[in-house]
Amino acid sequence: MTRESAPVSPAPLVEISHLYKSYRRGSQDLVILQDISLTIASGEFLALMGPSGSGKTTLLNLIAGLDAPDKGHLIVKGIDITRLTEAQLASWRAREVGFIFQFYYLIPVLTAFENVELPLLLTPLNRRERQEHVDLALELVGLSDRRQHYPSQLSGGQQQRVAIARALITDPSIIAADEPTGDLDRQSANDVLNLLSRLNQEFNKTIILVTHDPEAASHAARIRRLIKGQLLDENDRRQT
Amino acid sequence: MFKLIWRNTVRHPLRASLTVLGMAVAVLAFCLLRTVVTAWYGGVAASSPVRLITRNAISLMAPLPMAYLPRIQVLAGVKEVAYAYWFEGTYIDPKHFFPQFAVSVSRLLDIYPEYLISPDQKAALLRDRKGCAIGRKLAARFGWRLGDSIILQGTIFPGEYNFNVQAIYTGRDPSTDETQFFFHWDYLNEKLKKIAPERADKVGWFFVQVASPGLAAPVSEKIDAMFKNSLAETLTETEKAFQLSFIAMTEAILVAIQAVSWVVIGVILVVLANTMAMSARERLREYAVLKTMGFRPRHLAGLILGESLILALVGGLLGVLLTFPAIHLFPASLEQYFGVFPLTWATLSLGLTISLGIGVLAATLPAYRAAQISIAEALKKVG
Repeated sequence: MTRESAPVSPAPLVEISHLYKSYRRGSQDLVILQDISLTIASGEFLALMGPSGSGKTTLLNLIAGLDAPDKGHLIVKGIDITRLTEAQLASWRAREVGFIFQFYYLIPVLTAFENVELPLLLTPLNRRERQEHVDLALELVGLSDRRQHYPSQLSGGQQQRVAIARALITDPSIIAADEPTGDLDRQSANDVLNLLSRLNQEFNKTIILVTHDPEAASHAARIRRLIKGQLLDENDRRQT
Repeated sequence: MFKLIWRNTVRHPLRASLTVLGMAVAVLAFCLLRTVVTAWYGGVAASSPVRLITRNAISLMAPLPMAYLPRIQVLAGVKEVAYAYWFEGTYIDPKHFFPQFAVSVSRLLDIYPEYLISPDQKAALLRDRKGCAIGRKLAARFGWRLGDSIILQGTIFPGEYNFNVQAIYTGRDPSTDETQFFFHWDYLNEKLKKIAPERADKVGWFFVQVASPGLAAPVSEKIDAMFKNSLAETLTETEKAFQLSFIAMTEAILVAIQAVSWVVIGVILVVLANTMAMSARERLREYAVLKTMGFRPRHLAGLILGESLILALVGGLLGVLLTFPAIHLFPASLEQYFGVFPLTWATLSLGLTISLGIGVLAATLPAYRAAQISIAEALKKVG
């Protein structure tokens, strides 16, 4: 992670072309995404908006390598991740993606420090190096004094900040945030959004934010809207 | 990772404790049942390859004439011959059962060096016609000491028999039976000459010691051939075969005990598998989150396997440790049936190895399921 401020690079980090995704529900094929094409630049803060069931989380999951598309190309940093094996995809995720969930999903039996440390267990860093990284991440999210607290001893906002620290601990290229403020009060939500903005502006992190909250989306530099699995034109301002 | 495995293990303390306790009880039951089986085979384990038993071919209950002794003794390859008669006397109450034998004491002690008696006790025993030698455990059971007088009421051989405790033997090996009672065959024979002359000068069986194990088969054949077509044909077999023929009579019980011991293990395997399946099912979302971070199926399998192994091994170890005190509660009631009640390292190792196996098996299905989990499905959000 670098603390130097860097301008948004125009180079595309994510290139999506003609992406399709459907799920089988019983005997029915449920089409979730249809012919999605999208480019996300490195260092960009993009909000994906849309009503429930519009496919925004599915698109985020595909970009983050959590799910595989039925058809289309998904190139991240020059790698077509649709061609990676499960094991290669796991390694790729560990390096390139930090995920933030609506309900934080911290491991309840681990302290804030241990939760943030988890992704580093897959790296060759030694114990001391891991500790330095975790301390820095917790300081960045303002929770240095809560490092030994368990999730149940933290408020929702604090838990989400621990989750953010966990997402950025490996210095990933993309931070994928799925409704990160959906379970928070307004004040905590603002804290989280301001933190994401800061990560984008100060550390040039590429952030993809899925939300249905216009106020949350307003923190993003660009907003793309999905309706019924289709991406609207950039200038299309239909209410979502 | 170990920290997470351990914290997951103790996440539900009551569930973990009950599982460990169940595992401990199962391993304890398994070890005790296996010990009963081992005890059953105790005589076989203690048998020597150079000792043969010659008995009446019709039945063990039918005696052999004492006159066979010199004829057996002169056979080539025979080193020593002793003889014994099963004496079933009652000590105060019939429930005070213990094995009693009228034997050729001096010859028997030569053939059975595993019965250890001090030279002065042995000399006193040989001097006293009414002397008897008792095992250390038998002495402890009834509080008998050297010089004590013991009266047995004969059942097979009617009458009252008085004995003096002249020797207390100890076993050289752990498998040596220390619950037996030996006295002079001469004493019994003298009595029989008076009260039942037709039963005198007979023995239950002969112990034949051969010079080497290789001579066991040819000497057996020679003995049986020698008495073929006589009034009392013989059946000679190795001591081990003789002991096994006893066990064969109770084989059904033995098979049942062994089956029960494995059923106990099967039950606890199902219990632990259920515990692990329940734990893994509760944590599917956590496993999915770990996968988003790059954790691979083998990591998730490791988490589940580690937890299962901890529960199984702690339970198994506890069960093995509990076996030590539990085994001492057993002999008090069973010593009269099993001379030796050995808790062997083989049994304990088997108990622990089975615990390990249960740990692995119980984790297999939950680990497979966790490894196969789809992240998107587990997070259950298709927005």
